[in-house]
Amino acid sequence: MSTPAEVPSGLPAAPEFVEPLQEWHRLHVRMLVVRPLNESIAMLVPIFVLLFTGNGEKWRLIASGATVAMILAFSYLIWRTTRYRITDDQVELHTGLLTRKQLAVPRDRIRTVDLTSKPGHRIFGLSAVRIGTGQQDVPGTDGLTLDAVTQQEAERLRLLLLQKGVAPKAVTADEPGAEPVPLPESEVISQLDLKWLKFAPLSLSGLVAIGALFGVLSNYADDLGLHPVQDLWEWLFENPSFALFAGFLVVLAVVGLVLSIPLYILQFWNYRLTREPDGTLRVQRGLLTTRSVSVEEQRLRGVDIQEPLLVRAGKGAKLAAVTTGLGSKGESNLLLPPAPLSVAHQVSRDVLKVGNDPTTLRLRKHPFAALRRSVIRHVMPWVVIAVGLAVWAPSWAWPIPAAIVPLAALVGWDNYRSLGNALDERYLVTRNNSLVRSTVALQRTGIIGWRIQRSFFQRRSGLMTIGATTAAGAGIYHVTDVGEAHGLALADEAVPDLLRPFLIDSTVDGQAERNV
Amino acid sequence: MSPKSVLLWTMQAAVFWLVLFVPQLIVFLLVSNPPTWELALLVATGVIGVVHTAVEPSWRYRVHRWETTPDAVYTLSGWLNQEWRVAPVSRIQTIDTKRGPFQQMLGLSTVTVTTASAAGPVEIEGLEHELAQRLVVELTNTTQATPGDAT
Repeated sequence: MSTPAEVPSGLPAAPEFVEPLQEWHRLHVRMLVVRPLNESIAMLVPIFVLLFTGNGEKWRLIASGATVAMILAFSYLIWRTTRYRITDDQVELHTGLLTRKQLAVPRDRIRTVDLTSKPGHRIFGLSAVRIGTGQQDVPGTDGLTLDAVTQQEAERLRLLLLQKGVAPKAVTADEPGAEPVPLPESEVISQLDLKWLKFAPLSLSGLVAIGALFGVLSNYADDLGLHPVQDLWEWLFENPSFALFAGFLVVLAVVGLVLSIPLYILQFWNYRLTREPDGTLRVQRGLLTTRSVSVEEQRLRGVDIQEPLLVRAGKGAKLAAVTTGLGSKGESNLLLPPAPLSVAHQVSRDVLKVGNDPTTLRLRKHPFAALRRSVIRHVMPWVVIAVGLAVWAPSWAWPIPAAIVPLAALVGWDNYRSLGNALDERYLVTRNNSLVRSTVALQRTGIIGWRIQRSFFQRRSGLMTIGATTAAGAGIYHVTDVGEAHGLALADEAVPDLLRPFLIDSTVDGQAERNV
Repeated sequence: MSPKSVLLWTMQAAVFWLVLFVPQLIVFLLVSNPPTWELALLVATGVIGVVHTAVEPSWRYRVHRWETTPDAVYTLSGWLNQEWRVAPVSRIQTIDTKRGPFQQMLGLSTVTVTTASAAGPVEIEGLEHELAQRLVVELTNTTQATPGDAT
């Protein structure tokens, strides 16, 4: 950082070469209103409670007023202290009042651009821009985010930042986005089909929503001094009734089903997956909160076909990208919402630009010992709980976990059926899990190391779990409980020459110690 | 790796179990008429602690291996559960050394090699200081000669 923030933008470092792009920009002034709107909707309820529960005492008014004033002052300070600029080489963001943060991202390291507009943003025509690099996000942080700029500016940034090897267009800073960027042709790979709505109830998103809603409501109830859940529990303990419990489950299921359809529409309305002429894949979706996630195609390391149990039963799947630079929140890596499996394979093929989707390869089964391990792993916790309850709890408690044991065994068996791996010229394919079965095709050139685990029990059954580490996606993808010889051969073949020298050495006792 | 690591692991295990054992012992001695389960827990902690401290370090020492070639860094670690890690030198992002209080006492270092994957740091434990420093210089030189980071 050569130019300190205090130097007026009219004095560029090199006087004879004025680069307008290097001027500092502020976030849009409308954020003064939008940020409180987006982030403080949650605060509205306590304020109302504060205002209207009493008899209009003065301190309640003052407290509410002070809360609102503090929120406004806070968002003003954020706006005032945040500035960004885009130079030839990097994107810089300065932010923070007490803790000054200066972020700089080299432009050639930018891998993804994620534009998100929450309803508050959209009312005022704004958009938040998240710029992702190859670095994996520390959970809880959010990379470099400009929250927020006008939608035109966001669009301009998206085009500008993902353009590689092309000199940035000089857009005058006085009128950002004023120069119309010609909209280049983009190729549509996939878009929403209303028939996919049948997967909405299967994805159980309704139940998740109920859970979230329930959490928020009980929070507010707590604020009001009510404890409905606790009261309900106590009441249930006094009058245990099977019919009531069953009725509760039915109501939950029905509400979940009904809710799931508007939720699907809310999340995936206007879903479009396109290949842009600047070499990026772009996913747009959302009814109220709109998102546009652009991923540099060259950095795409593979795809992940995810089949939650019920969606799988309905022959559906969703597709996620395995790539670097995507944030961890809000399914930013989603390429295809729950849709028919055939569509998922089709999209996977188009995205990876291959003739045959690697995830349709015939997978090699894992040894029988893996079945034993899988079943034991799934059943064990419930057995332990049942035994524990039988010893320490009232006698009606232990049959509940005991009844789950056979189900757990089934899941364990299905988990074993899921296990599989394959290798083609370019991809390592591995499949795992039962409840959300995940088939990952990982580019072999994207593998940057191995982690091979052998637990005590695995060694006794001649199994190992091979983890291929990569910079993309989850960071590591496992081939679980594979036979030792086959597993090592697989790893050796997937990335030639990496493992081989050690394979030989590790069989000769003590030879590796020659380094000491 | 240095044979002193056995001592290091023994010290670490002993401290861990003492932290668990001593407060229990104090409570047991101070409370009049302690319940039987408290005695059982105390004895169990003591027995497991002694066995673990006696067995784990030497077992671990027999398992642990490390090796570097011009192309890759390799470690084998663990005792009951064992793990091999391999990282190609061309993908190395950072190389750190680290010394805990016990390690400083014994003159040992841990060299951590990280790649662009959050899941793949390779840790070489129990190296003599000098060897660790030589290793860091050597790895840094090889890494610098290789461009790209494969992200």
